[in-house]
Amino acid sequence: MESTKKTIILFSGDFDKVMAAFIIANGAAAMDDEVVMFFTFWGLNAIRKESPVQAPNKTFVQKMFGAMMPRGPKKLGMSKMNFAGMGPKLMQREMKAQNVMSLPELIETAREQGVKFIACTMSMDVMGLSKDELLDDIEYAGVASYLGEADESNVNLFI
Amino acid sequence: MSVAVEELKALTNTTVVDARGTSCPGPILAAKKAVRGVSSGSVMEVLATDSGTLKDLPAWAKKMGHEYLGHYEDSGYLRLFMKMK
Repeated sequence: MESTKKTIILFSGDFDKVMAAFIIANGAAAMDDEVVMFFTFWGLNAIRKESPVQAPNKTFVQKMFGAMMPRGPKKLGMSKMNFAGMGPKLMQREMKAQNVMSLPELIETAREQGVKFIACTMSMDVMGLSKDELLDDIEYAGVASYLGEADESNVNLFI
Repeated sequence: MSVAVEELKALTNTTVVDARGTSCPGPILAAKKAVRGVSSGSVMEVLATDSGTLKDLPAWAKKMGHEYLGHYEDSGYLRLFMKMK
């Protein structure tokens, strides 16, 4: 039988795009598809822990990245109409009013449904993100692993 | 295959999954969660307020191999029926 696996590359750390990625991932998982999400560059911020984590041995630039990038799904900005952070707040309020699942809930549900999370180690190195700063129990790999997964999938998205 | 509304209304012993108030992908997540408790051949009834469910639940049922029977509108919400494989 043809594979129904879905692979999603989350490159963006924009709140709205991350939402879309996780809605698709959850929908596919609910349809019994195997789902692999590959987090790279800004997309890594979606799976950052909220609280600061002590990470020694960082270069100056890595420290700067660490301090300036959003920590986790609640801190992400929007791709449009961000209004210095007001945009996501307004959108989250509206989503709540419309009973749309929040981004943290979508991420949690994706994990419960067995969606595989893979963090790109190369971009983690560039941005100085250590494993301790990301969600626990995820996988770490590079482009070949992603391509291997993509070879076996029938839908591949770059978000 | 779609079943007449009168027949849907006459169905008893359905497993009711209340997904009212949730938005996409809430209703299919709710259906997925409830599947384990529903025996093969019996009917699951999903209650929903998100109008997208009218397209999404049949798509989900088709993918999962369940037989979508149809829907009707109750007061302010949708009732959608599937015969489980």
